[in-house]
Amino acid sequence: MSTADIIKRCEALYEDLHFSASREWKAADPGRKVIGYMPVYVPVELIHAAGMLPLGIMGGGDQMEVIHGDAYYQSYICRIPRSTIELGIAKRLDFVDGMLFPSICDVIRNLSGMWKLMFPDTYVRYIDVPQNYKDDIGGLFYQQEMRELLEGLEELSGRKVSDDDLRNSIKVYNENRALIREIYKQRSAEPWKIPTAELYLLARAGMVLPVEEHSDMLREYLEAVAIEDKPKRDNCRVIINGSFCEQPPLNLIKSIEMSGCYIVDDDYIQVNRWLKEDVPTDINPFQALASAFLHHSADTAAKYAETEEDVGKQLLESIRENRAEGVIFAAPSFCDPALLWRPMLADKISEHNVPYISFKYAENSGQMAPIREQAGTFADSIKLWS
Amino acid sequence: MSNQAQTEVIKEPSMIMQKELIASNYDALTSSGETGKKVVSTFVPGNLNELIRCFDLVNNLPEINAINNGMRKKSGGMIMDAEKSGHSEDVCTYVKSDIGMMSQGNIAPNGKPMPRPDVLLLSYTGCYTFMKWFELLRHEYHCPTLMLQVPYQGDGKITRNMVEYVVKQLKEVVIPGLEEVSGVKFDIDRLREMMKRSAQAEDDLVWVLESAKHKPSPIDAYFGAVYYMGPIFTAFRGTQQAVDYYKVLRKEIQARIDKGQGPITPEGEQTDQRYRLVVEGPPNWTSFREFWKLFYDEGAVVVASTYSKVGGLYDQGFRHSPDNPLESLAEYCLGCYTNNNMPQRVDLIEQYMNEYEADGFLTNSIKSCNSFAAGELLMMREIEKRTGKPGAFIETDLVDPRYFSHANVKNRLESYFQMIEQRRGGSKPIAA
Amino acid sequence: MKCFIGIDLGSTTTKAVVMDETGAQLGHGITNSRSNYDTASAVAKQEAFIDTRLTLFRRGLAGVAGLEGKVDELIEGLERNFRLEQFLEQLQDLQDTCLKNGEDLRFAKIRKALAESIDETFVRLREKVHGLYAPGVERKSDFFRDLAGSQYMQLAEAVAEESGLPFDAMLNVYDKSIIEVENRPPAGDMIGKFPRALHRVMTEEGHDFKADEDSVAAPIKTALDVEIEETYVVGTGYGRVRLPFPKEHIRSEILCHGLGAHLMYPNTRTVLDIGGQDTKGIQVDDTGIVVNFQMNDRCAAGCGRYLGYIADEMNLGLHELGPLAMKSTKNVRINSTCTVFAGAELRDRLSLGEKREDIMAGLHRAIILRAMSILSRSGGVEDEFTFTGGVAKNEAAVKELRKLVEENYGERTLNINPNSIYTGALGGAEFARRAVMEAA
Repeated sequence: MSTADIIKRCEALYEDLHFSASREWKAADPGRKVIGYMPVYVPVELIHAAGMLPLGIMGGGDQMEVIHGDAYYQSYICRIPRSTIELGIAKRLDFVDGMLFPSICDVIRNLSGMWKLMFPDTYVRYIDVPQNYKDDIGGLFYQQEMRELLEGLEELSGRKVSDDDLRNSIKVYNENRALIREIYKQRSAEPWKIPTAELYLLARAGMVLPVEEHSDMLREYLEAVAIEDKPKRDNCRVIINGSFCEQPPLNLIKSIEMSGCYIVDDDYIQVNRWLKEDVPTDINPFQALASAFLHHSADTAAKYAETEEDVGKQLLESIRENRAEGVIFAAPSFCDPALLWRPMLADKISEHNVPYISFKYAENSGQMAPIREQAGTFADSIKLWS
Repeated sequence: MSNQAQTEVIKEPSMIMQKELIASNYDALTSSGETGKKVVSTFVPGNLNELIRCFDLVNNLPEINAINNGMRKKSGGMIMDAEKSGHSEDVCTYVKSDIGMMSQGNIAPNGKPMPRPDVLLLSYTGCYTFMKWFELLRHEYHCPTLMLQVPYQGDGKITRNMVEYVVKQLKEVVIPGLEEVSGVKFDIDRLREMMKRSAQAEDDLVWVLESAKHKPSPIDAYFGAVYYMGPIFTAFRGTQQAVDYYKVLRKEIQARIDKGQGPITPEGEQTDQRYRLVVEGPPNWTSFREFWKLFYDEGAVVVASTYSKVGGLYDQGFRHSPDNPLESLAEYCLGCYTNNNMPQRVDLIEQYMNEYEADGFLTNSIKSCNSFAAGELLMMREIEKRTGKPGAFIETDLVDPRYFSHANVKNRLESYFQMIEQRRGGSKPIAA
Repeated sequence: MKCFIGIDLGSTTTKAVVMDETGAQLGHGITNSRSNYDTASAVAKQEAFIDTRLTLFRRGLAGVAGLEGKVDELIEGLERNFRLEQFLEQLQDLQDTCLKNGEDLRFAKIRKALAESIDETFVRLREKVHGLYAPGVERKSDFFRDLAGSQYMQLAEAVAEESGLPFDAMLNVYDKSIIEVENRPPAGDMIGKFPRALHRVMTEEGHDFKADEDSVAAPIKTALDVEIEETYVVGTGYGRVRLPFPKEHIRSEILCHGLGAHLMYPNTRTVLDIGGQDTKGIQVDDTGIVVNFQMNDRCAAGCGRYLGYIADEMNLGLHELGPLAMKSTKNVRINSTCTVFAGAELRDRLSLGEKREDIMAGLHRAIILRAMSILSRSGGVEDEFTFTGGVAKNEAAVKELRKLVEENYGERTLNINPNSIYTGALGGAEFARRAVMEAA
């Protein structure tokens, strides 16, 4: 299959807000359950080990009309909870047996309780993650939280999950994460070959497909991309930061690249890259997942930076490793974590003379002209002055 | 306004005490350079005042500074300063007011400069923004920061795991950290003594808040309660001063009940109590008095509020317990209002509507505060459904004067009260 | 006779309704709100009284021999010629005011020429005016400012050129004067003007009245002699707090809208009002009492003003938007109802090659979606459903509303009254009536 064919399939999955692929998976066997989760990260291994399909709910994008969702939110609240409620009310999630709401901000936190009130028949759990990074404090707390989650899932599925089941799931996800990392690495090396819009769609496919199928897809893509050639352009190399929760419209990603920027790293869809190293399979699986979270997980605004030195550390590393020439802070409107974090990150990269621009978007932003203009000017200025 | 300004404001002894207490803490802060006291900054919800006092630290609460700046109409300029320096217009105005205050010399209400904090105690309870707020302060001050993560009651209950996690952080992070900064060794018996006093004051506070069940209500449980909360939610819980304050307050309120009097407001005693309300959400501070007056003018008295529970849901039974102090502190942090999940919040308001025999329910939705605001429209729906009483919804902000539209708020409140009035006499047939 | 008056001070227009003691509506009037609510409410009230007289005339003329089947025609002519009389009167006032303002020291050097030019302009203006009020002529607006202003501009420019005067001076004098005149309600004298108007009608070409002027004049006079007593006035609307009324004479627009909609359609349970600055969802019971309501939040996105902004942006008249949207054949989703961003999104869409009518349809849908969320907050849409406010006149908006309500709440009877703009004032008048009649 060519990359174009693969991307076409991804695009169809991305646009399908009835989640047919996940529905089909569930319908294939009457005992199957689907567990939805919101950004940024949940331990998907647990869902997989319980024989269920983790389904990433990344909002409603720019194609779905929100008819009911606005009745639940004031104008100063971001877009993703509205469209997620819309998905629920419009019965697009009626096949979902459980919903997980990770600790990302107060809006998503409160949405967990709203979901309990609105959909009392669905299993709902708020996923608290540790902000204390010591194994015997935050680690133990998180292990116990995961155990409680697993108990809930076991109850839902009516089947016990063994440590070996968990280890197996960790292995499956280690593979998936390694493939994602590989594609990211290759994009950074030859960004003209892997446009970010394609990479994004590939990663999004992982939100709705069973992980094994997704890994196969990633392998096929890597094979296909190796034998294709695309023209290299004189673009500058930038990193996108702040887009970890509510996702930008695909057009926005395309607009940035069309304006003369190669995106060489980003924080879109984090769940399949959150753990940055393979999770060990030879120790207690809860301990392994907790330890990976504490010591090897991605840095976003939703996490506490233990020391001032930790602030922006990963961003600076990424700038170095990916030879980035600038940073685009692109955060959703009204996104507290990203917008509160941004001035600190901006300070840090300024200390290293890395230029940046900032703008806000919504998942349904319609006008791209200002974005193209800003990104284009940014690219020109980098080319001129560097 | 000029007429009202001339009205002589009635001051009761408790009001003077309250004011002096708050002022004394500012004096302790601004004189820390001379007294050599170390300063800790921490947040109101789930604060560890008893523990802080065990280390002879002075407690600085940035939300209180922002409130002060808001009430003294200084926050608007501070917020704009922070926005000019790169902070988004979308985010919390408490944070921006604090950052703007720093850039303007960090002057306390007593006119003297605030000290740099020696330690930031990030008691991360019920508000996500707290975390980023102190990261921003650390970015400025480069001082030690102690994180106390308080898990959220996602399933509407406090689990063993949560309590153990908080206790462990207290033992292994917070206490050693405060010992190091203060040079004072932790003494658990001192903590117990303080917690005993906390519980005494808490008993009286609950009595005060529940006095609103009387008709007429002797207090306003929103605007008035803001003052009553002051000592116990800030630097005085666990002190004898707080115990004394609540005793005096209780006596005054008892006297009002005996005489059948209403609350004392800036416009005078409120005898007209046509509408008893339950209010959700923090107040607006930049137009606090005008805001209160809108209620006073319409004869609306608030009989219960959720904002007066941000520093603890004492009326639901919690007391600081000297018997197992650390577990008790953990449960305190875990139990604050904004750490409760949405179903719990709805249940609580429903309970207030019934127990306080309220006529209506009002949400003051705060642009800055997603912890409160996200989901308030659903809460209103649920409460309307359960109580059969319509809710009112207004929108303001904490300390950003740009988000307080007097005409708008007045229009909605008037419409709402007129609707309640009309519904009361709703059996009259229409002659048309 | 006892009369009860409701005045609704909206952000763009001020409305008044006059009611008698049985609850029958006698007349209504409307004017632009200007920056002066006192004048606006005086003018609206006067307009409603004029309309009330017309109602009384209609009643009086019903039995006149020789007018069978011609009463409407006569009343139409009477009103039109009354407007002409009124217009001429205001024109005289404007001329006098212009002359007075022309004496300003700034114009000392051209004083005489200016006065002559002003007089000349008004002579020509008067000639034009008669045509404006001829039978069957459609006027773009009935507001004095709109009618006089556009004519003055044209004529004064020509006069200025002929006399070699700077047009600026003519313009300057006018600008100052029109504000003064506009803020002076036209004299209420009906006793003089109606008989003059009657004479004009009876002598106009094209009529075929069998009755003679005298037999018609008698019932007109009788009706004019009826004393109209302002028994009780209730004010409502956003500007109500600015009215010099005691508090008990003021009702919220929510209550007035609910009651007004009930009076128009007694089975109304849900009311949607989309006005210039706000959108309201109101639930009423079977007696017109409001049981719940919600208004748009702080953000006024999706209110009537938004359409005004779009119209400006597209260089169209407000009333042209709906018909344009009705021509749409394709769904275009407009994501931003934010007035600030609407212009940018609009231009972006146009530059992408989207058709104007499709974009317009998308915009109308976006507005109605906002309204749907406010309705939902207020408790949904019950049967019957009454839609009021300026946007209710817009067919594209109504089409979207009908569709969305049906999809989300099932089939509902949708009421839209051609006089829905008077809903709030009507409710106010009824409150005024009850205040007196039910107290008695």
